[in-house]
Amino acid sequence: MKKIGLIVNPIAGMGGAVGLKGTDGEEILRRARDLGAIPGSPEKARRALRRITSIKDSVEILTCSGMMGEDEARDESFSLKVLCETGKFTTSSDTKNCAKIMLDEGVDLLIFVGGDGTARDICEIVGERITVLGVPAGVKMYSSCFGITPEASGDLALFYLSGERRDTSLAEVLDVDETMFRKGILSTRLYCYLKIPSGGHLVQNAKASSRPESEKAQREAIAEQVIESLEAGHYYIVGPGTTTKEILKRLGFETNVLGVDILHKRKDGKIELIGSDLNEESIQNVIAKEESGAVHLIVTPLGGQGFILGRGNQQLSSRILETVGKEGIIIVATESKIASIPHNSLLIDSGNPETDRKLSGYYRIITGYHLFSILEAKSWH
Amino acid sequence: MRNFHEARWDEPVIFKLSRKGERGILVPKIEAEIEREVGDVFSGLPDFMVRKTLPALPEISQMRVLKHYLRLSQENLGADLNVDIGQGTCTMKYSPKVNEMFVSNPRAADIHPYQDVSTIQGTLEIIYRLDLMLREISGMDRFSFQPGSGSQAIFAMASIIRSYFMSKGEERDEIITTIFSHPSDAAAPAVKGFKIVTIYPDKNGIPDIEALKAAVSSRTAGLIVANPEDTGIFNPRIKEFTRIVHEAGGLCAYDQANANGLLGIARARESGFDMCFFNLHKTFSTPHGSGGPACGALGVREELIRFLPVPIVEKGENSYYLNYDLPDTIGKVREFHGVFPAVLRAYSWIMALGAEGLKEVAQVAVLNNNYIMNKVLKIRGAGISFPETRERVEQVRYSWSKLTEETGVTSEDIIRRMADFGFHLWTSHHPYIIPQPFTIEPTESYSKDEIDEYVDTLKHIAEEAYRDPELVKNAPYNSVIHKIDRPEDFDDPKKWAITWRAYLKKRGEDHKDTN
Repeated sequence: MKKIGLIVNPIAGMGGAVGLKGTDGEEILRRARDLGAIPGSPEKARRALRRITSIKDSVEILTCSGMMGEDEARDESFSLKVLCETGKFTTSSDTKNCAKIMLDEGVDLLIFVGGDGTARDICEIVGERITVLGVPAGVKMYSSCFGITPEASGDLALFYLSGERRDTSLAEVLDVDETMFRKGILSTRLYCYLKIPSGGHLVQNAKASSRPESEKAQREAIAEQVIESLEAGHYYIVGPGTTTKEILKRLGFETNVLGVDILHKRKDGKIELIGSDLNEESIQNVIAKEESGAVHLIVTPLGGQGFILGRGNQQLSSRILETVGKEGIIIVATESKIASIPHNSLLIDSGNPETDRKLSGYYRIITGYHLFSILEAKSWH
Repeated sequence: MRNFHEARWDEPVIFKLSRKGERGILVPKIEAEIEREVGDVFSGLPDFMVRKTLPALPEISQMRVLKHYLRLSQENLGADLNVDIGQGTCTMKYSPKVNEMFVSNPRAADIHPYQDVSTIQGTLEIIYRLDLMLREISGMDRFSFQPGSGSQAIFAMASIIRSYFMSKGEERDEIITTIFSHPSDAAAPAVKGFKIVTIYPDKNGIPDIEALKAAVSSRTAGLIVANPEDTGIFNPRIKEFTRIVHEAGGLCAYDQANANGLLGIARARESGFDMCFFNLHKTFSTPHGSGGPACGALGVREELIRFLPVPIVEKGENSYYLNYDLPDTIGKVREFHGVFPAVLRAYSWIMALGAEGLKEVAQVAVLNNNYIMNKVLKIRGAGISFPETRERVEQVRYSWSKLTEETGVTSEDIIRRMADFGFHLWTSHHPYIIPQPFTIEPTESYSKDEIDEYVDTLKHIAEEAYRDPELVKNAPYNSVIHKIDRPEDFDDPKKWAITWRAYLKKRGEDHKDTN
């Protein structure tokens, strides 16, 4: 008997339905209700569950009371167990409490129904420890942990649970940057990574892939291209992301996917990792004494909005970026990542408008082995 | 809506129909007199050439073979059976059947490339005259019909670019293309060893000229692009594109596989290109033939003729001859002189239409396309790539993303449902940058009634998606097979095989040749 965790965020998407830019916070939710928003996510949960009814007899759904999963699972007549009780009006802490219980229960797959905010709440609790999959129901959907439709999420869950496909990959969890949001500006940043079933074209932000292994193969090809072009005597600051970390992986270094690392190719050709998960000051200490032409920075854009700097890699301060300079920036991205960015336009927000201006312009993006794309990076100001 | 149900034969692959000892033809025993006269014909064969075992072919009678293939033929939606406008980028048009009479005529069908040229003067004349016609259509100075497909023509163009720079002693190793050009424009030169630099469109769907300026350098060997691109959008700055590449020292090659919207209207030469190719099976109406045999007619400007594949057909004082003497030839990209039946059909098609007719082909194809676009955009849930740009040439890349968001029904679901009404639709090829894509290209062949029927069916299915999404998601019902339970299996090479031998091998069984 396989155990499926199910968390439905019943209020996800309600803000969007009435023209609000999300459903975060009780005030927004109250306004959404006042404006006549009705919950859409329970139906999306049912749409996803309907795709896995063929294995109904071999799974048990562990879920939360009421609209947070119990009702939907019962509607589709799954055998279920309610693990956490929630009140009439559910909140983000209900999601986190439930996620904690499901982590402890060791579910085979945690399915959640919601948007970027829900993904972030769950990621905060479970990290990469269990396999998770999102059913899209939110207003903000920049993260890549969702199926392209509720049905696609259901299909992917079915493949994973039936043992048809057991491989997983890391998916970005992006959400609105709250500090920016309070200034009235909607912009996303990278918060964490979730482990999701690999799913080719069923997963959001994988639109350009026609084969399930192509994302991975593309990342390996990109890494090969980067490694081939490393110059002796030079330093390479490697920013967060699965695409950039593939370079380190191919060189035999395992580091935190969210961290910033530094590689050094010695004069004798040997490549060493001279620091990992570094903060701003330690990066500065390494590169301070180097000539600017010898320091490079390898970054990858975030899906959705296309930030290459300033969303999840704040360690890369404007003084570090000034040392690296535009010529020193190496951008790597898979084709599907580029496809997910509106108008294929990259964005820079270093915190210093003058630095942003200096770094903006056209870049030659590495998209594979001997494959490049020319994209413009703009200052986001 | 059309009331349609396709034949559904539970027909096994032909290898499973094999019965030991069953024969299509019983070859008569050799008469004793002949055997005496001829002797043992096999003993003269070298030992290594003699099969030790018979090939593992199916053993089956003539009548059962015929039935087998007739059944299979009832299970497709071929170009002559459906309104084939849903296969955008492929330029599915009518291939007049009279042209089949020409190619099946013994004077065309029974000739051999090793025949003495004095015995195939008519054949060479047709090749030569089609060359003249394509020169006029493109503005190029000489054509080769040797490439057997569009991708092979692109490969030949990449070879010419490489030979050109080798002859100049320049080291250039980068080819620039655009993301909405055919993927072979990147793939073929990559096979040739070039690095590929891709330009993305601006927000209007037009290739970003600033990106091109950033892309060119002393490494630039050439530009290989389509125009209009797969979105149906024509790059109005194409002359600036070729100028920028020329100023950087590169060559410009034009993918005109599909020139259906441009015949008699715009030419490669005036756009500044140094070479181009036409797929005779697209623009010039020869049948697609499910992957061949085809012809990618390759044209170049005067200064590049010396690099063409050999031989090319020349006109002498009194006769046509084959010229192998091109000093810098890239050699051969295929055997002999190309697929002559394709050349002959294209020649006949052009002769039947004349210059005015060709121009009318382009005008009607563009008119049909714009008529469809206006109808499709009224369908609930349907959208268009780059909506700011409504000027489209011969095809349009559309999107069902709104419908998918609102109903969960995807482009693939709609494609399957179209089969229930006897129609073919597809997403179009890689890369899937436009979400939930579909591409329609009507060409000049279809009547308004047929176009209306096709688009009305799309509208009907979109309405079904809003009313009863599961109906569409579980389609087809009236087609050859039902929906495949696990389409994901097609992503797993262990789960499929394209030959019987591979099937047996993947199942761990031996493909035993019979003794």
